[in-house]
Amino acid sequence: MSETPPTDAEPRHSQTRLPAGGLSPEQRAAYWSRNIRLLLTLLLIWAVASFGCGVLLRDWLDQWMLPGSNFPLGFWFAQQGSIITFVILVFVYARRMNKLDQEFGVAEDED
Amino acid sequence: MGVQAWTFVLVGISFALYIGVAIWSRAGSTKEFYVAGGGVPPLANGMATAADWMSAASFISMAGIISFAGYDGSVYLMGWTGGYVLLALLLAPYLRKFGKFTIPDFVGDRYESNTARIVAVLCAIFVSFTYVAGQMSGVGIVLSRFLEVDQTTGVLIGMGIVFFYAVLGGMKGITYTQVAQYCVLIFAYLVPAIFLSILMSDNPIPMLGFGGNGVDGMPLLNKLEGLHEELGFASYLDGSKSTMDVFAITAALMAGTAGLPHVIVRFYTVPKVRDARKSVGWALIFIAILYLTAPAIAVFARTNLLQTVSNQPYESMPEWFTKWESTGLLAWEDGNGDGLIQYTGTEANELEVNRDIMVLANPEIAALPDWVIGLVAAGALAAALSTAAGLLLVVSTAISHDLLKRAVMPTITEKGELLAARIAAGVAVVIAGYFGINPPGYVAETVALAFGLAASSFFPVLLLGIFSKRMNRAGAISGMVCGIGFTAGYIIYWQFLNRADSTPENWLWGISPQGIGMVGMCVNLIVATVVSRLTAPPSAGVQAMVEEIRVPKGSGPAHEIEA
Repeated sequence: MSETPPTDAEPRHSQTRLPAGGLSPEQRAAYWSRNIRLLLTLLLIWAVASFGCGVLLRDWLDQWMLPGSNFPLGFWFAQQGSIITFVILVFVYARRMNKLDQEFGVAEDED
Repeated sequence: MGVQAWTFVLVGISFALYIGVAIWSRAGSTKEFYVAGGGVPPLANGMATAADWMSAASFISMAGIISFAGYDGSVYLMGWTGGYVLLALLLAPYLRKFGKFTIPDFVGDRYESNTARIVAVLCAIFVSFTYVAGQMSGVGIVLSRFLEVDQTTGVLIGMGIVFFYAVLGGMKGITYTQVAQYCVLIFAYLVPAIFLSILMSDNPIPMLGFGGNGVDGMPLLNKLEGLHEELGFASYLDGSKSTMDVFAITAALMAGTAGLPHVIVRFYTVPKVRDARKSVGWALIFIAILYLTAPAIAVFARTNLLQTVSNQPYESMPEWFTKWESTGLLAWEDGNGDGLIQYTGTEANELEVNRDIMVLANPEIAALPDWVIGLVAAGALAAALSTAAGLLLVVSTAISHDLLKRAVMPTITEKGELLAARIAAGVAVVIAGYFGINPPGYVAETVALAFGLAASSFFPVLLLGIFSKRMNRAGAISGMVCGIGFTAGYIIYWQFLNRADSTPENWLWGISPQGIGMVGMCVNLIVATVVSRLTAPPSAGVQAMVEEIRVPKGSGPAHEIEA
């Protein structure tokens, strides 16, 4: 999992580096709006799994069982389903964002 | 060997392990190593974060609360894990890019204000104190049982251990020690759970076992629900909190998790922004292993307890019953004088069980081998100590670095700063010890209050600081003051001043003190936004800085968490 470290760490307030990763204002705005869109999508899923299925819709979902078990579905979302969703969301975010960084050339590797 | 002997041996071995790892990693980690090597890999950082994060509340208290509250206990499960999503998506990568060490540093620089910095320091101290108090109370419970002393003596001994460990030992925050602590605590949590799961559901995976059939072929959850109904307890599957309160507590815990100072600090130690993102993911996986097991332990423990004690003669109670009685955390009074233990949800109840003892008593109730019981004690201490150490680090850096050095007396020497840090940590242990002896609730409930405070102070200010370029000094300060002021006021009123009337009918919209952080957070967001729109926008320099932290490229070297 560990990355090979860069041999020479760039000084943080180097004068030569362009501000904000060297992007033009338009590119920056595009990068940021893609980021926000990804965030909102993932946060929507986050809210639906926890506040939705685990709290507000819990009673209604409890009429079904989680297939292959004796968990009432709403209860299961509150106690386990939401947590599993969270783990997946965080990894999806890391992957997508790292890809986005590369697309815009702002990933740290290219330092 | 008996339970006590095993406890001493296993606690001793685990402590020797932490000290050994600390010495080993010290030797291999000079400053150059950190700068050149760029800190800690995400996987190890994830484990360390998980250990830092999972405290006595997660280890000792949470499964116990769930086992009594059933569905209502889900607020802790969802709240304490869901906050990581907020942390990963909204805060961690940007704060890593910003590259300063503490939250008050970020607040001070982003809002160009020493006042904002000091308000943030005070919030950090307040939050951390509440949290440490929960840990102390947890340590007290573990020690009282295994040293066979009362709760107060247990807390006092615990204070000594924490002080030695975190303040004098100088091994706080060393990442690899916390990796070792994670391994100990997760092993200690899973072993009894697996034993119980095999015993009760014939399934070696506890996370699945409690949703399956019991050994008698009846679904475990239905059996427990039946027992609850028969004995007059509130339904396990439905709980008794209002939907509003469940919603509010979950939200407060989530936002609090994301704004908790000692967790955020962790993400400054990873090499890259990219790693900060991944690191949160690993931390969450390691946390999820325990959190998916907790509801299983809750069901096993509850079923076992009801079957073991309900309507049984007091005379036939096993040894664990009298041992816990002597700590004062379990109490039986033969109300109707029939010599049987009536344990019910009605007036006829004769047994008082402190919820925090369930995880510790559970292996004894199920008559698991003595070493398993000792192992649980070692795990509980690992959980409490790793968190307490991380928190004390926050308190002492907040006072010595953020308050003294950066704000009050910039000329302080390095030696003076270190001394101030030690004294601050010492005072923190004493105050935390006091609240550990007189806790305002069960461990997890006390800790939940700390989250409400963090949710209502830091989370909005950090969030707006990153996502709104318009947010300014006046907005941030007034937001933090109003948010934490409202939340703390509500908590103090209901938990301390007017505890007698603290019932759902009297609460604001039926929201308990544990959940009020959600409202405090909204107060903060609204006040901050309105005030910032009425005052001048921040300087061009700050706006450029916000642009800068939104892009990963050009992040500085990782920080080392130093004792």
